[in-house]
Amino acid sequence: MNKQTLPFTLPQTPRVRRMVEHLYAKMPEIEPYRAELVTESYRATEGLPLVRRRSAAYRRILEGLPVVIRPEELIVGSNSVAPRGCQTYPEYSWEWLEAELDTVATREADPFFISEDTKARLRAVHPYWKGKTTSELAAANMDPLALDVFLHHGVFTVGNYFYNGVGHLCVDYPRVIREGYRGIEREALDRLDRLCPAAPDYAERRNLLLAVVETSEATIAYAGRYAALARDMAEKEKDPTRRSELEQIALTCDRVPAEGARSFREACQAFWFVQQLLQMESSGHSISPGRFDQYMYPYYKADLEAGRITPEQAQELIDCVWIKLNDLNKVRDAESAKGFAGYGLFQNLIVGGQTRDGRDATNDLSYMCLEAAMHVRLSQPSLSIRVWDGSPQDLLLKAASVTREGLGLPAYYNDGIIIPAMTARGIPLEEARDYCIIGCVEPQVAGKTDGWHDAAFFNMCRPLELVFSNGVDRGVQIGPRTGELSALDTFEKFFDAYKQQEAAMIRLLVNAINAVDAAHAARCPLPFQSSMVADCMERGRCVQEGGAHYNFSGPQGFGIANMTDALLAVRELVYQQKKYTLSGLKEALQKNYGRGLPAERALELTVAVAAELTQNGKAPADREIRAVYERLTRDSASTPAERAVYDAMLRDMDALPHYGNDIEEVDLFAREVAYTYTREIEKYRNHRGGIFQAGLYPVSANVPLGAQTGATPDGRLACTPIADGVGPVSGRDRKGPTAAANSVARLDHGIASNGTLFNQKFHPSALAGMESLAKFVALIRGFFDQKGMHMQFNVVSRETLLDAQKHPEKYKSLVVRVAGYSALFTTLSRSLQDDINARTEHAFDR
Amino acid sequence: MTNERDVKGRIFDIQRYSIHDGPGIRTIVFFKGCGLRCRWCCNPESQRRDPEQMERGGRVETVGRDATVAEVMAEILRDLPYYKRSGGGVTLSGGECMLQPDFAAALLAACRAAGLHTAVETAGFAPRENIERVLPLVDLVLMDLKHTDPDKHRAWCGQPNDRIIDNVRYIAAHARETVVRVPVIPGFNDDEPTVRSIARFAASLPGVRELHLLPYHRLGYDKYIGLGRPYGMGDVPPLSQERARALLSVAEESGLACRIGG
Repeated sequence: MNKQTLPFTLPQTPRVRRMVEHLYAKMPEIEPYRAELVTESYRATEGLPLVRRRSAAYRRILEGLPVVIRPEELIVGSNSVAPRGCQTYPEYSWEWLEAELDTVATREADPFFISEDTKARLRAVHPYWKGKTTSELAAANMDPLALDVFLHHGVFTVGNYFYNGVGHLCVDYPRVIREGYRGIEREALDRLDRLCPAAPDYAERRNLLLAVVETSEATIAYAGRYAALARDMAEKEKDPTRRSELEQIALTCDRVPAEGARSFREACQAFWFVQQLLQMESSGHSISPGRFDQYMYPYYKADLEAGRITPEQAQELIDCVWIKLNDLNKVRDAESAKGFAGYGLFQNLIVGGQTRDGRDATNDLSYMCLEAAMHVRLSQPSLSIRVWDGSPQDLLLKAASVTREGLGLPAYYNDGIIIPAMTARGIPLEEARDYCIIGCVEPQVAGKTDGWHDAAFFNMCRPLELVFSNGVDRGVQIGPRTGELSALDTFEKFFDAYKQQEAAMIRLLVNAINAVDAAHAARCPLPFQSSMVADCMERGRCVQEGGAHYNFSGPQGFGIANMTDALLAVRELVYQQKKYTLSGLKEALQKNYGRGLPAERALELTVAVAAELTQNGKAPADREIRAVYERLTRDSASTPAERAVYDAMLRDMDALPHYGNDIEEVDLFAREVAYTYTREIEKYRNHRGGIFQAGLYPVSANVPLGAQTGATPDGRLACTPIADGVGPVSGRDRKGPTAAANSVARLDHGIASNGTLFNQKFHPSALAGMESLAKFVALIRGFFDQKGMHMQFNVVSRETLLDAQKHPEKYKSLVVRVAGYSALFTTLSRSLQDDINARTEHAFDR
Repeated sequence: MTNERDVKGRIFDIQRYSIHDGPGIRTIVFFKGCGLRCRWCCNPESQRRDPEQMERGGRVETVGRDATVAEVMAEILRDLPYYKRSGGGVTLSGGECMLQPDFAAALLAACRAAGLHTAVETAGFAPRENIERVLPLVDLVLMDLKHTDPDKHRAWCGQPNDRIIDNVRYIAAHARETVVRVPVIPGFNDDEPTVRSIARFAASLPGVRELHLLPYHRLGYDKYIGLGRPYGMGDVPPLSQERARALLSVAEESGLACRIGG
């Protein structure tokens, strides 16, 4: 029996367990404080320069926001009175919230409680913001067609930053921990002293520096409120242990984040104030702690060596930080909430990897961060691990043992491709080696980058629909006229039409992104955030105005697997075998392969038909419109004979070779398909002086945007999800995890420097026992040897396994292995699947 | 003389990322054809040499095909990065790989030439000369040992075990490494005296240090239905964890390193 234990298996303390319970005892709540305070401040500062209005608002919020220390907390600082509560940010957008005030508590995805009092208070301040928000300015900045395509055609969405702050960066945490905000303030004052009054940009520089002085002072004063509260609570506390903890909290908050930290505890508290308040200044998510194990280690090591802390105490502090990361929250509009379901804030924290001079960076904290994930078992932080040849096997085994828990954590990243991908963007080697990950999968150099990662989601399936419709969508000519289908008499012409449609949509995408970007610069510069990003103070510009040393915009495409399979199906079945015609295929797609159209889709098509008729001067009557709709829902469900033809067509499509099965020719075509997006994107520049760089991943937008996409020639039915990340179409990879990984590795990950995402689904039995874990680690290493970029695993839970039995088509590729036995999980009957599921129950301790 | 790479064999599956049949990540080549008819066999499609029709997941497929060493190697080598990282390689399973000695030897030689670790899973029911031919090319033998009693063996596996026991002795004496694997089948060999007797015999063999108990499972059931054959085990439930653990302690009395599963 293999009883090998992994390093740093420290117990979860009862405190941590109780704190997690407390955090999740109630539904999260929307609070009115920030909205009122920011409005009050804006009203009072209308004559001031914008950046100083922003710093004044930040100060006012931190003065007025209630301070609260939750039961048993060791690390303090909360953005809301209620656990996991949230504030609102009307300067970005508010109309959707106003409209959803009465439904936000009862909606399915990410509901929030909201009291009648809060509703009234929000309704009172909202009118002030009419005409003043970033989203209104972004819409005004946009090309009208781009705005229409974004809002109504499901080709891409820039909704994230259209409605909210941007976030998506890793600030210079180590500097704050080392020098405190006094250090930052000193730099600002020093620069003010040296500022040449005759400088052409004197005003901008001075305003920013004054704003930084104000945000630094405000932050220090805010920590002071916590020190006072802790003292106050200590005086009233009867339990002597808790009383001394509260006194300790008071002393810690006296010191940090004003001055540099002198202990691991102070470093944790300083880190936390930075992390918390970045998300008070702006609603942007994916505020990523980055290389926490690296910048926190010196404090831990010093304490440990001096005998001031035990590993157990340090572990508890880390666990407490982890809990605080889950205490933050954000309310999104109902539609976006579906895409982000799970209240995700994507605070990415990464361990391991290399030092700036290329040695292995793993330390004790790398292990303890993984251990913390097991202790709290929560979604935050989005835990990541960097892998390279020098990564200790023990660290990877420890990570794999976390993966096995089924939390979807950690994500694995390959130094071997990310570092060269970054140097190819002009980043020096030493900085590239120091990369961290932002949000989902986006690499950046911490403390000096505004990556505008996650700038938009681009649905690569929609341009193919535009080829079939000659550029018309829902009655509007949104794409170029790439020709009638009859004119596309070779596959080369067909593929070229796809590329033209895609290029045209990318131009609109870039326009929409830059319009939003410019709106943030013009309405919501962030001086607090900018005080921790190089070279903002040097340039006298906020991050949003191009102050960061590195500037990128990273919109991500998805649908590579569907488009690879679809384009190959067209090539094979239409142009080579000549079994079907393009127009026959078009009809099959319109009729959703004879399976009828969901009402929503039929409605969209009705609108399209009506628009077309109106355009041609034949405005239809209501009765005629209703007839069109009825015909669409009824007639798309075909006769049995027609249905049989479509079934045969689907079988033909299914029988073709698919991406994800380690077939070189297919995979190299997938590489070409990915280039239609990645190479096109890089042609463009953003308004902060940086370039566009592509990512290849959908987060979960493949579901909502898939719902707006008709049937595709890979056999995908209308309105169903599009393939996740750069992985194969779900269930179409039939040769196991190594074959799928080899296919994915054949894409050019190096050009997708905004990140790629590859998910695999494993049955928990495939990770049972230390030997299986080691093999699992070898799978990751083998994929990374072939220059794959990212890997994340969904080790399915019992609930998911039940779902797998109901929807076997979704789990065809689930990895299951039994000694000497040959079979696929989903071809097994239910009772045998039960047997396999039962085998895993006690398997982990093997 | 035919080129070694053109030698053909009859197989029914090549399964990648196999993790319970030898060290590291392995590709298993499942040979078709076996002289035994064990009631519990979880790969019944492996038994007959001839290709046959089997219904699986609502679809009728032909099981069994002839493939050359070159074709099989092409598939095997796709996972080279994973073998390298895990110390894995190739396992021949089945069916009985020792019944196709030309193909098995040529395939193993090709694996060796490619620097891969080689393993075979065999029940030992094959002519001695076949085994003599294949064995020098094998790094690890996963040696099935089902029972020490000839009558019981004949009743449940369709053949007596004298030749097998003989071959097991030969293999243990000549193989680089041998791991004994015991399928633990309710009603057949899941009693303590039998397990004790098997483990004792295994421990008496030269060079055997490890024994795996493979608890009975019903995962082959669907295949019997798909092949239109009766399932010999009826509705006997899978061996429980508790029972497997109890038998593990019995096996451990032999002094061998024992574990449950591969």
